[in-house]
Amino acid sequence: MGEIEKRKGWMGLLARAPTARLAALWQGFGLEPEHTLLRPPEIGAVMVRGRAGATGAPFNLGEMTVTRCSTRLACGAVGHGYVQGRDKAHARTAALIDALMQTPCADALSAAVLDPLAAELDLTRSRRAARAAATKVDFFTLVRGED
Amino acid sequence: MYVAVKGGERAIDSAHAWLAEERRGAPDVPELSIAQIREQQGLAINRVMAEGSLFDPDLAALAIKQARGDLIEAIFLIRAYRTTLPRFGASRPVDTAAMACDRRISATFKDVPGGQVLGPTFDYTHRLLDFALAAEEGTPGDAADEAQGADRNADPPRKPHVLGFLDRDGLIEPASREPDLAHSAPADLTREPLELPASRALRLQALARADEGFLLGLAYSTQRGYARNHAFVGELRIGTVAVEMDIPELGFAIEIGEITMTECETVNQFTGSKSEPPQFTRGYGLVFGQTERKAIAMALVDRALRWEELGEDFVGAPAQDAEFVLSHADNIQATGFLEHIKLPHYVDFQSELELVRKLRRDAETGAEGAK
Repeated sequence: MGEIEKRKGWMGLLARAPTARLAALWQGFGLEPEHTLLRPPEIGAVMVRGRAGATGAPFNLGEMTVTRCSTRLACGAVGHGYVQGRDKAHARTAALIDALMQTPCADALSAAVLDPLAAELDLTRSRRAARAAATKVDFFTLVRGED
Repeated sequence: MYVAVKGGERAIDSAHAWLAEERRGAPDVPELSIAQIREQQGLAINRVMAEGSLFDPDLAALAIKQARGDLIEAIFLIRAYRTTLPRFGASRPVDTAAMACDRRISATFKDVPGGQVLGPTFDYTHRLLDFALAAEEGTPGDAADEAQGADRNADPPRKPHVLGFLDRDGLIEPASREPDLAHSAPADLTREPLELPASRALRLQALARADEGFLLGLAYSTQRGYARNHAFVGELRIGTVAVEMDIPELGFAIEIGEITMTECETVNQFTGSKSEPPQFTRGYGLVFGQTERKAIAMALVDRALRWEELGEDFVGAPAQDAEFVLSHADNIQATGFLEHIKLPHYVDFQSELELVRKLRRDAETGAEGAK
């Protein structure tokens, strides 16, 4: 996996992470690195687009709330957080983690915060898929006895 | 005409204080929390997000609480709030084929790859009041469902769009006839006032945030014969999709979240022409949240509005008339204009009163003169 793909992976994970859970894991990691906020946490909206007929021309469906933040660590690494919802601390934590993931502490951070988050989101998703699968219809045809 | 008047401040303050008390209700009944509304009034939340045109379940819950359950008032609060938010950009179009489906059904094909998945539906319930719920307490168990379910760690099966099968065989028109303008943004009615004739992109945006009741009535009218186009629900799916946005400072796109949406694709009749062999046509509905009545209605109305590009006759049906549909579908515009007539119109009315008195006087003197 390329560097960009990896970064997309953790940024997406941080965007979707439940706010309270991310805060708890980050606190558990116990690092508060020195940093400068390049862009203080800011709440805004993103226009979500769909496509006519699912695959045709794009149209504007409606907006969603997003909070973003950018930061620079003392070592120079720059991190960005774009997270769903309106929690400023969530966006700031995401930006810090994005920056730290470009430093030598990436492996430790990944093991302490990102891996558990990914596993929990996977579990939530597969439990939901199992609930859906339990409502899948099994058709059977009655013998009509016409012959 | 509305004329500003002064006075009544004390009465207004008292009215608002009473409103706050009425909103809270009897103080000996526990107050609802935002989380309770979000978790237990989910379909109301979905309607407020869809018509408020802002996906944020907590905000929708707050709006419902503040509006005392008046959903149009709640939608109004959300619309007002969203105007205060800076716009960071627009997402890439969501890929609904990759939806993690809670529900996915087709009324046109029994055996579809990925299967017919009912999800948490009211369908097949008996619509009998369940007095057990009035007794409160108790959480329905999920053990039985999970036991029947597939492998818990299995990846959810990918569910291809049902209409794709018709498309592959050329039996249905392409998903859209308008070119995919990859480098120009679709029109946005939150930025530019709606102008007619409206492109399909603009119509879909207006329908997605339109009043559910209005769309339901219009869609029903097409089924009853006002611009009948005989719709089948080719596919209805509800689930979560990832939202991706290009981030300029990064130079690539990342996921910025995940939202629940409902998509409805209809298969409709079409007779073909000299140049084109007979093909089915499409209607499309896409709405925030689990909102299937709205999504089906949207698809039917979308299809009715497409009469011109499909070479059909305008039969004068309301659902075909873009000016009529798009100008009246927004419940915030509608309620704003409707409810403003209760505000003071004293000067307006005074002039009408003068006019009626004068006409009556003239009529009386005219009648006396004729004697």
